[in-house]
Amino acid sequence: MPASRHFCQKVPQATPVAVFKLSNDFKEDPNPMKVNLGVGAYRTDEGQPWVLPVVKKVEKLIVADNRLNHEYLPILGLPEFRSSASKIALGEDSPAIQENRVGAVQCLGGTGALKMGAEFLRRWYNGNDNMKTPVYVSAPTWENHNSVFANAGFEDVRPYKYWDAEKRGLDLAGFLGDLETAPKHSIFVLHACAHNPTGTDPTHMEWTQVAEVMKRRKLFVFFDSAYQGFASGCLDKDAWAVRYFVTQGFEMFCAQSFSKNFGLYNERVGNLTIVARDADNVRRVLSQMEKIVRVTWSNPPSQGARLVAITLNTAELFAEWKDNVKTMADRVLLMRASLQAKLQALGTPGTWDHITQQIGMFSFTGLNPKQVEYMIKERSIYLMASGRINMCGLTTKNIDYVAKSIHETVVNVQ
Amino acid sequence: MALLKSSKIISTVRVHPPLGALSIRASSWWSEVQMGPPDPILGVSEAYKRDTNPKKMNLGVGAYRDDQGKPYVLSCVRKAEAQIAAKKLDKEYLAIGGLGDFTKACAKLALGDNNEVIKSGRNITVQTISGTGSLRIGANFLSRFHTEARDVYLPKPSWGNHTPIFRDAGMQLKAYTYYDPKTCGFDFQGALNDISKIPEKSIIMLHACAHNPTGVDPRPEQWKEIANLVKKRNLLVFFDMAYQGFASGDIDRDAWAVRYFIEQGHNIVLSQSFAKNMGLYGERVGGFTVVCKDAEEAKRVESQLKILIRPIYSNPPMNGARIAATILNTPDLYKEWLGEVHGMANRIITMRELLVANLKKEGSTQNWQHVIDQIGMFCFTGLKPEQVARLTKEFSVYMTKDGRISMAGVTSGNVGYLAQGIHAVTK
Repeated sequence: MPASRHFCQKVPQATPVAVFKLSNDFKEDPNPMKVNLGVGAYRTDEGQPWVLPVVKKVEKLIVADNRLNHEYLPILGLPEFRSSASKIALGEDSPAIQENRVGAVQCLGGTGALKMGAEFLRRWYNGNDNMKTPVYVSAPTWENHNSVFANAGFEDVRPYKYWDAEKRGLDLAGFLGDLETAPKHSIFVLHACAHNPTGTDPTHMEWTQVAEVMKRRKLFVFFDSAYQGFASGCLDKDAWAVRYFVTQGFEMFCAQSFSKNFGLYNERVGNLTIVARDADNVRRVLSQMEKIVRVTWSNPPSQGARLVAITLNTAELFAEWKDNVKTMADRVLLMRASLQAKLQALGTPGTWDHITQQIGMFSFTGLNPKQVEYMIKERSIYLMASGRINMCGLTTKNIDYVAKSIHETVVNVQ
Repeated sequence: MALLKSSKIISTVRVHPPLGALSIRASSWWSEVQMGPPDPILGVSEAYKRDTNPKKMNLGVGAYRDDQGKPYVLSCVRKAEAQIAAKKLDKEYLAIGGLGDFTKACAKLALGDNNEVIKSGRNITVQTISGTGSLRIGANFLSRFHTEARDVYLPKPSWGNHTPIFRDAGMQLKAYTYYDPKTCGFDFQGALNDISKIPEKSIIMLHACAHNPTGVDPRPEQWKEIANLVKKRNLLVFFDMAYQGFASGDIDRDAWAVRYFIEQGHNIVLSQSFAKNMGLYGERVGGFTVVCKDAEEAKRVESQLKILIRPIYSNPPMNGARIAATILNTPDLYKEWLGEVHGMANRIITMRELLVANLKKEGSTQNWQHVIDQIGMFCFTGLKPEQVARLTKEFSVYMTKDGRISMAGVTSGNVGYLAQGIHAVTK
């Protein structure tokens, strides 16, 4: 009997990833009133995916350009993508860029950027192949953070206090406390803006406090920037924390995703920006990044990076893109304001200010698991068990239904 | 859960910074990070780019070139792209396992339209980041679940990147005899001898066609004996098929070994790439297939492949898979594609013949028959490292130091120059 029959026999069924199961259940629900507030992708007011107008424009340019081909990109990716993407995160006039101490690796989406960063850190940070360095991720965080770092070999992935369920806001004292007690050189995964899943970001003041502790205690800064532009509608505003840390002299990683702010979800466009002490360090780091890329995907996909690079490097297209981003952010802000107003008007028990105070695609409603179950089963409104909703799933047509449903749920289910 | 066994992919050469920089260097997290050496294959292209000699030739990486030495975007690809653009599709995330239209067609292409495996649903095929991504997912899957054995047996030699991929996934690499440097051909007896000694349940890597780097493929009768022996030894077969269509020009002929093994009852794992045969290099289009006992097992395996993929890149890129799916699923595009693949393979065969003819013309008395006998994109010239170094230094002909040249980089315009160079370093 061939060997393979034996080994696959033992392969157990894995549990599906929660957010995709939710989408599946939504798809199969026959209720015409159903609303999907699950997976994090932008939707228009008609509840449809939105291919950004600037993206459509640039795609046409690419298809029409016969000089373009499908040759391999360099291992680290398209150079004009990497540099322009890093500029977006750090700012055109970033001292780090001017001092030539910024490098970048084009990766497959934000996930790919986190992966490359994690693999590099495990090999080269805090000694060689040090799997014992603690990696801290926020409590709660995007669930894939845990898997990315664990699969990169880190044995100790732990939570740092972040969300205060009682006051529905940032647990600053807890956060700072964990920073103070973390073993030296621990790695901290920070959400650059629009924290996923809570939508709760530190204020500027709070970020300065975080930075102070991290600098003093020699902790590693690993930013996850998946929503730049999407949070406030302004690229620079959303990059404040990242840029502040650069001014504070940190060497750091920043995993960037262009899935949401370019709507390029399925083209897997990401960038790992590396800020180091000097150009020589950048050079050596990049040379080792190449080795990791080579055994994972060899070189990254061309289409999405080309699209982003053309957009970022062409003045009118860049302006149009910023405008498209603002359109998305504004609609989200409108839905936030609307939902909060309706809940207040209904007299829904509890306070709902957090809906407008939170930022970005997601909101941590504060609904508990029983209430979430009720929303799904009785109202066909699909949201994560954590109470997280995707604001993009709200439209002017369904917001009344959702508000009334939340009201009914909070009143009837404890 | 098996942890990844790391491998330090570092250079043993320590780069010393200028003295003044030492104090700066000391205050960096990365002071101890060593400069990695250039990639043995992709580094060749980079060295080529820096060369200013107008006669320079890049025979390093296996990327097809037309007879003008230019990259070739297939006509069926351009047509597919136009069709796709007209459809105004959205950009929503693909499923973790990729585009269904692509994965189904990908499996059919490898296994044949009416293959029993596909009919019974006992294969799982996921979309991957081209061939490398496929091998990596496969390596990770075996590392986690194939606990019977850690050893992967590669043919000697094999594609340079096989070893670091499997090693990084925590597997151990061993080798079986394959290439005979005396004949520049297949060492069939040597292979059988080595394979007969491979411990049971080990994993054996087979190149489905157009062996990389040697271009030396077993003949069908030899494949039959190998299949038989592998079954006797109870080995798990991992096929790497990166050149389907490119070897003989015929899709079915090039997949013959894969299909034969399956017919013989081997539940193989298979990596496929569309980089070369569709010219989709930079779009990263590939597939990974596990042939299982039945559909139920395939479902379990699928669920675990998803768990492996998610923490690497979440879900695969759409563009290339959409192009490939369109071609494979649209009859006239598919027909056109077959013709273009045939054309590419033919041009390479012609270049092989021209190279040998030119070598003879130069007055070479060496036996160059292997250049014509070998198949696919690559030719294992038999050149030694010193000869390769000379060829690069004196003639600006770039190739990997194992003597492998990519025939795809040879044109009717430069084949004479190449023959001159090879003759000069081998006479």
